[in-house]
Amino acid sequence: MKYVDEFRSAELARGLSAEIASLVRPGETVRIMEVCGGHTHAIYRHGLEDLLPPEVELVHGPGCPVCVIPMGRVDDAIALAEEPGVTLATFGDMMRVPGGRGSLLEAKARGADVRMVYSPLDALALAARLPDRRVVFFAVGFETTAPATAVTLLRARSQATPNFAVFCNHVTIEPPLRAILETPGLQVDAFIGPGHVSTVIGTDAYRFIPEEYGRPVAVSAFEPVDLLQSIAMLLRQRAEGRCEVENQYTRVVRPEGNARALAAIDETMELRDDFEWRGLGTIPRSALRIRPAFAAWDAEELYALPGIRIEDPKACLCGEVLTGQIKPWECGVFGTACTPERPLGTCMVSSEGACAAFYAYGRLRRPAEEPVGA
Amino acid sequence: MARRRKAVLRDELITLAHGAGGKATRNLVEALFLDELGNEVLAGLGDAAVLPGAGRIALTTDSYVVHPLEFPGGDIGDLAVNGTVNDLAMVGAKPLWLTAGFVIEEGFPVADLRRIAASMGRAARAAGVAVVAGDTKVVERGKADGLYVTTAGVGTVADGVDLGPSRVEPGDRVLLSGTLADHGMAVMVARGDLQLEAEIESDTAPVHELAAALVALGPALRWLRDPTRGGLATALNELAEAAGLAVVLDESALPVRPAVNAACEILGIDPLYVANEGKLIAIVAAGAADEALALLRASPLGAEAVLLGEIRAEPAGLVLLDTALGGGRIVDMLVGDPLPRIC
Repeated sequence: MKYVDEFRSAELARGLSAEIASLVRPGETVRIMEVCGGHTHAIYRHGLEDLLPPEVELVHGPGCPVCVIPMGRVDDAIALAEEPGVTLATFGDMMRVPGGRGSLLEAKARGADVRMVYSPLDALALAARLPDRRVVFFAVGFETTAPATAVTLLRARSQATPNFAVFCNHVTIEPPLRAILETPGLQVDAFIGPGHVSTVIGTDAYRFIPEEYGRPVAVSAFEPVDLLQSIAMLLRQRAEGRCEVENQYTRVVRPEGNARALAAIDETMELRDDFEWRGLGTIPRSALRIRPAFAAWDAEELYALPGIRIEDPKACLCGEVLTGQIKPWECGVFGTACTPERPLGTCMVSSEGACAAFYAYGRLRRPAEEPVGA
Repeated sequence: MARRRKAVLRDELITLAHGAGGKATRNLVEALFLDELGNEVLAGLGDAAVLPGAGRIALTTDSYVVHPLEFPGGDIGDLAVNGTVNDLAMVGAKPLWLTAGFVIEEGFPVADLRRIAASMGRAARAAGVAVVAGDTKVVERGKADGLYVTTAGVGTVADGVDLGPSRVEPGDRVLLSGTLADHGMAVMVARGDLQLEAEIESDTAPVHELAAALVALGPALRWLRDPTRGGLATALNELAEAAGLAVVLDESALPVRPAVNAACEILGIDPLYVANEGKLIAIVAAGAADEALALLRASPLGAEAVLLGEIRAEPAGLVLLDTALGGGRIVDMLVGDPLPRIC
C-alpha cells in the first residue's frame, strides 16, 4: 500500500535496529516510555520489541484515551443513555469499558439506545435523523480528538441543532506527563512523544520535559520504521550529550501545532478545576469542560448526572500500568480475572491499552504466564 | 499445555458480542446450547455434522441477518446459499439439498424479495444444489429489519473422508484459497455510514469445488474451514485450541487487496479478523502442500491461493504471526465486534 509500505520496510527496520544496538552499552538498561496508546498498539502489532536489543526496555504510558476514563464517568454515561429520549453515541472502544454498573454494551442490551459512531460529526448527523430524540455524544480523548468535538459544537451552534449535546471528557496530555515525571523513583530515561496529539499541540508543548525534568523526547509517527527511528534519535541524543525535544513526525507535526484546531478547542472548551483519571487519581486542571456559551449543548448542564466517584477494583493495578511502574503481566489479575472479554480495568479494553495490546499480541514473550482462564 | 478449557457464560443478557463469532460466541454456544442440547454429534462443533447410522450424511444450518440486504458482490440470497454450501463442503461433503426459511417484515417490497430469491436460485444452480423445502413467516413492521433468511443444508460424505482437528500434525502446512477480508469490508463500506468510498466487492462464492479438489488428495488433507465471522484469526485459534498445536503464519504471505487493506488501515481494523464468504483454509500434509496449492490455483476461485504458514507442536493452543518486519506476535481470537450483522 502506497505511503504505508515504505514505513514498514523490513530493510529499513533492520538498519535502524542495528544502529540502536550500536548506541547502547552491553548490560545497561535504557527505559523509554511511549506515551501514546497508538504507539503501544503498533509496537505489539509489528513485534517491534524483537528488533530491539535487550538493553532497550519499552515502558507503556498513559496515552490511551479510553484507559484513563474513571468508572464514575462511565456510570454517568450509562445514566445518560438510560434517560428517556436520549440516544448516546460514542466510539466503539468506550462501549466495553466497565463502570460500576457494567458497560454501555450491557446497558444497550438492557434497552438503552447506544450507538457506535466514528466521529462526533456522525453523532450530529444522527441527531438530524432522529428529531424526536436527543443525541448525546460521549466525548473522550486527548487534544487529538478534542478539535473534532469542538468543530461539532461550533456546527451544532451554527445549524442551531436543538437535539444534540456533548458529554465532555476530553483530557490534556501535559498534566499526566507531569504526574509521571513527579513519580518518586521514576525509572524512565526518555520519552517517545505522541504523534497525533502533537499535530494539534505541536512539539514545543513538550519542552518542559527536557528543560524541567532532564529527559529527552522524540515525537514519533506510528509506523514501525518511525518508532525505530525515534528510539534511535533518543539514543543518539544521549550519546551526543543532548537533551531536547526532537520531531521524527516532520511530515505532519509542526513545533507550534495547529493554530486553527487549538482555536476551535479554546472557543468551545475551558479547563476544569480538576478531573479524576483512572488509576492516577484527581489531577488539577487536567481536563476540558464545555464553555458556558455552549451550555445548550452541554450534557452536564442539561441532565443531572450521578457524578459518583467509584473506587477502582482493588485487584486492578491500572494506575501502576499507566504510569509505567509495572508491566501488564505483573498485575495479579492480568489474564485471569481481567481479560479483553471481561475487562476489570480499562487498560484491558482498548486495543491501545497496554494490557490489551500485550494480551492480544505479546504473551508469547512471557511463557511463564498461566493460560487465560475464562 | 493445550489451552482447551471449559467455556463459561457469565453474561445475563445477550449483547452484540455474542453474535460476533469470537470468544463470547463460543461461550454462548458451548456453555448454553451445547449444555442444553449437547450430544455426540453436536459436540464436534464442526461446520456441519456428519450423521452416523444413515450412510454418511452431513447436515448444517445457518441464519443470515446481513445489513444491508444487498451489497457489492452479492446479497442475502446468494450469501444464504453459499454460506451453507460452504459449511457442508468444509467437512468434505458433496452439498445436495437445502431448505430455506424466510422471516419477512411487513411492508417489504415484493420486487426486492423476488430479486433476492432469484439470486438464491442462481447461486443454488451454480453450486449444484436444490432448495427442496422452505417456510415463510411475516412479522410486524419494525420486528425484522427487512428480511432474515435461514438455510439448512444436507450433503453426502464419501467413505474414508475424515477431516478434523485431531488429524492435524506438527509440520502440516496452512493454505488459504485467496484474499482476506473482502466480504466484511464490502458490507461495512456498503452501509454508507463511514463516508468511505471504495470499490470493494464481497467474495461470496461456493467453495465446494475447491474443497472437493483437495478431498481428492486423500489423507494428506487434514482439516478445512471457511473463515467467516471472526475471520482467519478466529478460525485458526479454534483449530489451535482443538488440536492442541500451534499455528504459525507468515505476515508477508497474507493476501489482502490494496483497496481492502487501505479501508482496514483507515478504520483501524485488522484484516485477520474480518469475515470472508468465499474462501477456505486448508491444512495439508507438508509433502502434499505444493500439489494442494496447484489444485487450488487451477480454479478461478482459488487463483490467488497462498501457502500461509505451518503447524508446530509448541506453543500449543496459540496462533503466532511472524511479522513482515522480522518480529513475532500472538494472533488472538476476536474479542468484541468490529461490525455486527455481516452475514
